[in-house]
Parts: sequence; C-alpha cells; structure tokens
Amino acid sequence: MIYLKLFLTFLEIGAVSFGGGYGMVSLIREKVLINGWLTESGFLDIVAVSESTPGPLAINMATFVGSSQGGFLGALTATLGVVLPSFIIILVIAAVIKGLMKYAGVQAFLSGVRPCVVALIISTAITVGLSSLFAIKTVKSAPIADFGALAIFAVLVIFALIFKRIKKKAPSPILMIVLSAGLGILFYGITEP
Amino acid sequence: MKKILTLFLTFFKIGAFTFGGGYAMLALLENELVDKKKWLTRDEFLDMTAVAESTPGPVAVNSATYIGYKIAGIGGAAAATFAVCLPSFVIIYVISLFLDKFMSLKYVSYAFKGIQVCVVWLILSAGIKMLKSLEKNALNITVTVSVAVLCTLFSLFAVNFSSVFFILICGAVGVALFLFARIRNRGRTNK
Repeated sequence: MIYLKLFLTFLEIGAVSFGGGYGMVSLIREKVLINGWLTESGFLDIVAVSESTPGPLAINMATFVGSSQGGFLGALTATLGVVLPSFIIILVIAAVIKGLMKYAGVQAFLSGVRPCVVALIISTAITVGLSSLFAIKTVKSAPIADFGALAIFAVLVIFALIFKRIKKKAPSPILMIVLSAGLGILFYGITEP
Repeated sequence: MKKILTLFLTFFKIGAFTFGGGYAMLALLENELVDKKKWLTRDEFLDMTAVAESTPGPVAVNSATYIGYKIAGIGGAAAATFAVCLPSFVIIYVISLFLDKFMSLKYVSYAFKGIQVCVVWLILSAGIKMLKSLEKNALNITVTVSVAVLCTLFSLFAVNFSSVFFILICGAVGVALFLFARIRNRGRTNK
C-alpha cells in the first residue's frame, strides 16, 4: 500500500525534522534511497526543482516524491503527512501550553538537537558530493572523478566568493541554479555532443 | 469569516511568491501582518518566530498554523496552513507530470547534470551558514563534529542507522547535561 507508506514516511519526517527545509533534506534523502523510490541523481533533481519553485522546500519535496511514487493521491498523502505533525504540535503549543518554549527542559533538548541538525546537513553535503563528484557511494566503490562536475563545482565556488565580496551578500539559490544549468549545457554539450 | 478569508488570501500569496523556503517567508510575513494589517505586535511576531523555528516541521507551515490560530482559532489555523501549501502542491504536481519527458531532452539533461552539482553546493552552504550561527561552546562543537563524522562514516560503510536516532540521542544528551548541571548546582547551594 504505497499511499499508507508515503503518508507514514512523511509523517515521521514532519515530526522529527528540526531546522526547516534543509534540516529535512537529509531525512528525505535517506528515506527515498532506502525505499528505492529515487536514485541519488533523481533526488538531486528534485531538490533543484523544489529550490527553484516558490513555496516551502519541504512541501515541494513531499509533493514531488509522492507524485513520483503514487500520482495525485501519492502527492496528496505525502504532503498531508509532512504537514500534519506541524499543524498538531503548533496548535497544542498555541492553545494549551503557551509557555512550552520557555521550559528549561525543552530548551535543553533543543540545545542538543540544534548542532545535530547542522551536522546532518553537512554530512549530507559530503556524502552527496562524494557520490556525484567522485562516484564514491560506499568505501567499496572505486573512485572515478567526474572532471566536468568538478570543474562546474569550482566555477560555482569561485563565482559565489566573488559575488559575496562585491555585493556583500551570498548569491540567491536561483541565480546559482541558472548559472550551473548554463555551465552544464556548455560543458557536457562540448564533451559529449 | 472575513478574517479567515483574508488569512487564506495572505498565506496563499506568501506560498505562491516566496522562493527560498521558510526563512525568506518570515520577512514577508512580518511586513504583511505586523506593519500593514497590524494583526500582531512585533513582540508577538518574535515569539511566533521562536516557536516556528524550534518546533519540528517546515517553518512556513508552523508560522501559518500559529498565526492562523492566534487570529481566528482552529478555522483560521486550518485556512492559513492549507493556503500556504496549496500553491506549492499545484505547481509541483504539474511539474512532476512533465519532468520525465522534459529531462529526456538532450540539452535539458546536460543542464540538470550541472544543476546537480549546484545542489551539492546549496546543501553545503546551507550547512556552513547554520554552522556559523551556532554558538561556539563545548556541547555544540562536540555534537557537530561527532555526528558529522559518524553520519558520514555510516553512510560510506552502508550502515543502516536513521538520522532520526541522531536527532533524538542529541536531544537526550542536551537534557542529560541540563539535569546534571542542575544537580551539581543544588549540591553546591546545599553546602
């Protein structure tokens, strides 16, 4: 029963993902890979589309994964699953325990969770980077450097650094996505015509 | 009823026009609800932000539910939450219908090869940005380094260990340290 599976998977993600959209990226990646719903590169495509369309990243990704596995109903159940925990938790906080955030115990819990979420995001970036730039998925896989991808990565990093120096702020994700699309067409168009 | 309709329209607009997720949405919400509509005071808004950021789930959904409830009760919460999700849902659902066909075009697939590299960069820079905003204390440094190393090793050695456990264990460590500090303090004041 794919609908139930999608609903429960995204319910779990919605209930434990702290730190907003990117906090969710690590969890969603893990779930879609374990369930065999998407490949690593399919997952990256979904993140890219979710980043370049309006709306919350988490909702976009849930709708996307749901739709890819179960069509319209799949999209609906996955999105409902990811929203429901938020809705209930916030209602309880707003209506019943107004001062919940002020309890020292809750703050103590969050003080441990906060650095953990940052670590999970960085670890996801490293794992995804190793896999898409060097084809390293596990320790057993032989590293193959994808020089095109490495060159694009280098250009993006240099561009972001120069942009930050001149404009005093980081370039927007959309600008970076458009630039990388152009670089992809340019590079792979020349090397594999 | 009029309030619920206005809530719906406001959050629909926010869901349809903000790129870059929850945090970008907060600035827009503040402008709309505090400055223009005066539904919330600046202090109430800051309280809401603290709750939305420190509870699980998307920041945008958390804010919509909270503000909707404050302004028009459960009906308001439901209307605002539904409205903030609706544009995303429709846009992404439509895109997902065409994406496979679109990706089979040669130049689109080249573009996406480049974009995949960019996503690695986006995730990395989101992580670095959050890392910079963490306070540099012993707990944060220990937790960040050990979780990052363990999680990367687990995935390289294909160990099946859900990140959910990392989150719950680190939360428990936070609570344990807090209780430990309190017991020690109590011991001191008794002397």
